[in-house]
Amino acid sequence: MSETLVDSSQIDSSKRTWLIASSCAGAVGGVAAVVPFVSSFQPSEKAKAAGAAVEADISALKPGEKMTVEWRGKPVWILRRTPEQLAALPKLDSQLVDPKSERKPADQAPAYARNATRSIKPEYMIAVGICTHLGCSPSDKFQTGAQPSLPDDWQGGFFCPCHGSTFDLAGRVYKNKPAPDNLEVPPHMYLSDTKLLIGDDKKA
Amino acid sequence: MADFHEISPNAPAGEKLLNWVDNRFPASKLFKEHMSEYYAPKNFNFWYVFGSLSLLVLVIQIVTGIFLVMHYKPDAGLAFGSVEYIMRDVPWGWLIRYMHSTGASAFFVVVYLHMFRGLMYGSYRKPRELIWIFGCGIFLALMAEAFMGYLLPWGQMSYWGAQVIVNLFSAIPFVGPDLALLIRGDFVVGDATLNRFFSFHVIAVPLVLLGLVVAHIIALHEVGSNNPDGVEIKANKDANGKPLDGIPFHPYYSVHDIFAVSVFLMVFTAIVFFAPEMGGYFLEYNNFIPANPFQTPLHIAPVWYFTPFYSMLRAVTGEMMYALIACVLAGAALGVTKVKMPNLFKGIILGGAVVVVAMMLAIDAKFWGVVAMGGGVVILFFLPWLDNSEVKSIRYRPDWHKYIYAVFVVDFLVLGYLGMQPPSAIGGYVSQIGTLFYFGFFLLMPWWSRIGKSKPVPDRVTFTAH
Repeated sequence: MSETLVDSSQIDSSKRTWLIASSCAGAVGGVAAVVPFVSSFQPSEKAKAAGAAVEADISALKPGEKMTVEWRGKPVWILRRTPEQLAALPKLDSQLVDPKSERKPADQAPAYARNATRSIKPEYMIAVGICTHLGCSPSDKFQTGAQPSLPDDWQGGFFCPCHGSTFDLAGRVYKNKPAPDNLEVPPHMYLSDTKLLIGDDKKA
Repeated sequence: MADFHEISPNAPAGEKLLNWVDNRFPASKLFKEHMSEYYAPKNFNFWYVFGSLSLLVLVIQIVTGIFLVMHYKPDAGLAFGSVEYIMRDVPWGWLIRYMHSTGASAFFVVVYLHMFRGLMYGSYRKPRELIWIFGCGIFLALMAEAFMGYLLPWGQMSYWGAQVIVNLFSAIPFVGPDLALLIRGDFVVGDATLNRFFSFHVIAVPLVLLGLVVAHIIALHEVGSNNPDGVEIKANKDANGKPLDGIPFHPYYSVHDIFAVSVFLMVFTAIVFFAPEMGGYFLEYNNFIPANPFQTPLHIAPVWYFTPFYSMLRAVTGEMMYALIACVLAGAALGVTKVKMPNLFKGIILGGAVVVVAMMLAIDAKFWGVVAMGGGVVILFFLPWLDNSEVKSIRYRPDWHKYIYAVFVVDFLVLGYLGMQPPSAIGGYVSQIGTLFYFGFFLLMPWWSRIGKSKPVPDRVTFTAH
């Protein structure tokens, strides 16, 4: 386009300026039209409204048992740990990525769950059962000792079938596994000794 | 623009009709350009049938897909049931669905073989870079198509496979979680996700795919096909300007391809009728269980065609990162000491390496696993500029190149096998070595492809009449 066929004196430069300006305005309009389409990918108002807190009755849970409740479409585990299981937790610290829940504390656990057992009451573990790697739900491996895919000195915990991440019975992730973080502890509170509210911790 | 062509009033009706059309639409011209006067090298071997076969599979997928959409319901509550309805209640529905599910795997079989043919004979080398790039685009679109299609039956594997792959995006620093939310349209994979994947699977991606296929073929017919000898047939033409080593695509290669289609359909129908699940490789057993967001199946793995790349994802752990950092530093050191370039570029390379290493230390291994998985596909796009070999075809390259290619094939298959297996310590180490070899094969190609003495390339293609 270096050689032009039109004599430069014949070019109507003000017309050209307006052509460029109107093309730019048209392009801006075209780009702006993308916004509603991309926005339609966001969660709908209905999906956002479905995030309310749920109550769980833990009176029937025996030591060593786990129950699952649904909160925001995710499984939330409530595990009643036995004294032996609780006693094993501190011994594992050296094998864990983040035994004291110090990495990304705000995302990972509320302040009241950033302790040695990652819970309000040591006996009960409450955690979102979604692996922090790629979102699979780890399976229960409460049986201690050697078994397939697990180390020989296994102390009980959770094993993610997707990529092999392992977590202890406080939802803390073991070192050198694909998952970077401990399992998330959702905001929660005890309404009574046997009633648990998951998803909210601000009610009196 | 052609002049209006008059035809004798006594011509047969068929000729008159064709003339009427040709004066308004270039029907005969297109047929000549792309079929009867498209000259392809006469030394094609069986490796050259997979392009036509992938076109056939594309047609099978589109036709069966159209009929499946007539009965399928893209709703989280109804999807699983509607697929079983197609299987049990719709007359011949089972056949249409099995053709579609087998077609998905068949597509990847023929496309992988088609790509390997290109790799062997240097079909991506100048002037065919764009054909290769369009082809890689087709491969990428095909992967998106297969992944989103796999969610639609709403079985356990559908659900958890989508959950894992969508969460891959959330590993991207800063924008990741919002991006994953935008893809899912909900906080977990749900009805919104199913609906949009359905839309992408049946209309958006197929349109892109068809456009790329057209571009792939137009580019191919512009420059002409490569051949197993990797010599340009256009260099030797007869008095009429036709390549001496070329033969018209139609009828010579249309017949060749019809023979291949017959063989292919025998295998394809045998699978459709006798082993549609292929022992769990084409349709996984866990996908016959409806999706359950609270229970991940004990063993989840993608369908076989994704497993080599899935292995690369799993290979990148915290420990592996140190090996990768060492590779980046070694690469930068090699680049600075061995390659002649101005000091400014050396500084840029060293600075870049330091930045990359800092990022590798700062960002989770999870993100780099995603980078490895995506990089395994994206690196293919750059192949035309990575290969510096003097000759195109493997036939005339130094013998040890053949061994490297053989190891590459074995490596790809081993990665594929390990990707199907549950995670294990030994499998983890093997897939880490396999991943390093895969990337080494491509990233070191500019150097290794130049080493060794290539054999003399003939002026004309080697061909014996049979």
